[in-house]
Amino acid sequence: MQEKDIMALTEKAREIRIATIDAIGRSGGGHIGGSMSIVEVLVILYYRYLRIDPKDPRRRDRDRMVLSKGHAGPTLYAILSDVGFFPKDWLHTLNEGGTRLPSHCDMNKTPGIDMSTGSLGQGLSAAVGMALGLRTDGIDSVVYSIIGDGECHEGQIWEAAMAAAHFKLHNLVAFVDYNKMALDGYIDEVMNVEDLTSKWVAFGWYTQRVDGHDFNQLEGAIDKALKEPLRPSMIVMDTVKGKGCFFAEGKITSHKMPFSYRDAEEAIAQLSRKGGK
Amino acid sequence: MERKTVKQELHQEMRKVYGSTLVELAKKDANIVVLDADLMVANGTGVFYEEFPNRAFEIGAAEANMMGIAAGLSTLGKIPFASTFACFASRRVFDQFFLSCNYARLNVKLTGTDPGITAASNGGTHMAFEDLALMRVIPDITIVEPSDNVSLAALLPQIAYREGCAYIRIDRRSTQVLYAGDESVTLGKIHVVKEGDDLTIIACGIVLVPEAIRAAELLQREGISAAVLDMHTIKPVDIETILQYAAKTGMIVTCENHQIIGGLGSAVAEVLSEKLPTPLKRIGVDGEFGQVGSVEYLKNAYGMNAESICAACKEALKRIR
Repeated sequence: MQEKDIMALTEKAREIRIATIDAIGRSGGGHIGGSMSIVEVLVILYYRYLRIDPKDPRRRDRDRMVLSKGHAGPTLYAILSDVGFFPKDWLHTLNEGGTRLPSHCDMNKTPGIDMSTGSLGQGLSAAVGMALGLRTDGIDSVVYSIIGDGECHEGQIWEAAMAAAHFKLHNLVAFVDYNKMALDGYIDEVMNVEDLTSKWVAFGWYTQRVDGHDFNQLEGAIDKALKEPLRPSMIVMDTVKGKGCFFAEGKITSHKMPFSYRDAEEAIAQLSRKGGK
Repeated sequence: MERKTVKQELHQEMRKVYGSTLVELAKKDANIVVLDADLMVANGTGVFYEEFPNRAFEIGAAEANMMGIAAGLSTLGKIPFASTFACFASRRVFDQFFLSCNYARLNVKLTGTDPGITAASNGGTHMAFEDLALMRVIPDITIVEPSDNVSLAALLPQIAYREGCAYIRIDRRSTQVLYAGDESVTLGKIHVVKEGDDLTIIACGIVLVPEAIRAAELLQREGISAAVLDMHTIKPVDIETILQYAAKTGMIVTCENHQIIGGLGSAVAEVLSEKLPTPLKRIGVDGEFGQVGSVEYLKNAYGMNAESICAACKEALKRIR
């Protein structure tokens, strides 16, 4: 990737962080940690890879995104509104009664959301079903899915992992947001998931491990994943929970934290000062 | 000649009628797909794999994953029929079926086989007496329990094209035919098996509809005229017919191969108590777990036979006479 492309994506990631913190801040707090840790992967996917049409959100030959860790919806909403699926002022209604942007992703409420998720472990199975169905119908779309590291505690993830490899779903590209923190504490203390890379290899996936905040590494891995002819792909991303939001970054309490709009404003001000570099 | 062929097909095991009806549907509609969780052989869907290998998905003994995959297929406009034992279809994958399929407003048809005492020798671990109760609380779901091969074959296409998720509760091995030549079985509409004046027996499923019919015959010998209704659709409830027969006979007895809490009896009780309070007796499992045994043994053990129904009806009539 050229330097100017990286700069453009970096700038976009900054904007998306700001919009996400603003939306969650207006609602008094929320799943800030896991929303911040997947900003880069969602940005590179939506601004460089996904074949989508905001004017026709259900277009049959679109690429799909199943955000299996559905609690990180706010980041996805910031992107979907930015690329034109719905007006940006919807972001100010996050979690309000009657909103079309609920905390967890809902395909029937939000244009651009491909699957309702929120009960951990379920999204990846739906992504497997989509990839199977697309192949059956001869549609060359790609299904992308993001799961959490804590989500890997769910047995259903490994059922889906087995099935995706069994069905040779090379049109499925998944990511683990490995921010090393669950709700109750550090992943390795709550329930150790290591060796996470080897587990996906053992389940028959083409598995890569990258810095999830590094656009160059993400691009390299996604490009390779899309060329894989037989296996589903897993990209294990080392990430930092709360990345870029000063009061959440690296904080074990950041899974779902209340915070004031003043804190949000301060985080936004800090991110704004970093802009343009 | 042709009629004979139809008759032979009808007297097959219920699972064969299930599999072959799905194949017939699939011949006309490329969106019909089938999923199994290592019970394809048991549930009679093997014929679908032979006819449509690209539209049949064996997921292995991973029912939760099967529901998610069915949901994913449904997002593409497929109409997935996923089958497993009733105990797994309800208890084991309730959250997956609830959220990934129903809450997501998708179109997944889930079939639970061997419900209640028809689990027989598989015993208490496999004996779902609570699946209807679990399913009934899901908004907008369709729930059916056909009592014979004719109603199963009639209801499956109607279920396929009623938008939204469905739960289908069927036996595997029964060859029962109650409604030969009768094509009037309609989703959401109670099937009137027999008219009567003194009380109404409302039953569902392959075990209790024939026992209810036999109970009505026993009652007739004692001069009691019982109507028999087959409430094959547990949800949506046919309120109109229930009220009609409550008004006509003044006494209702429900029979189900299920706990008397949360299933058919509860559905009828809810209608009656709010719309037309009518004396009611519910027959079914009363707070017990399952156990091994033949269907005949278990019918007696849980009072799901004509004699028990007959006795309950007479007892109930004493209350109001």
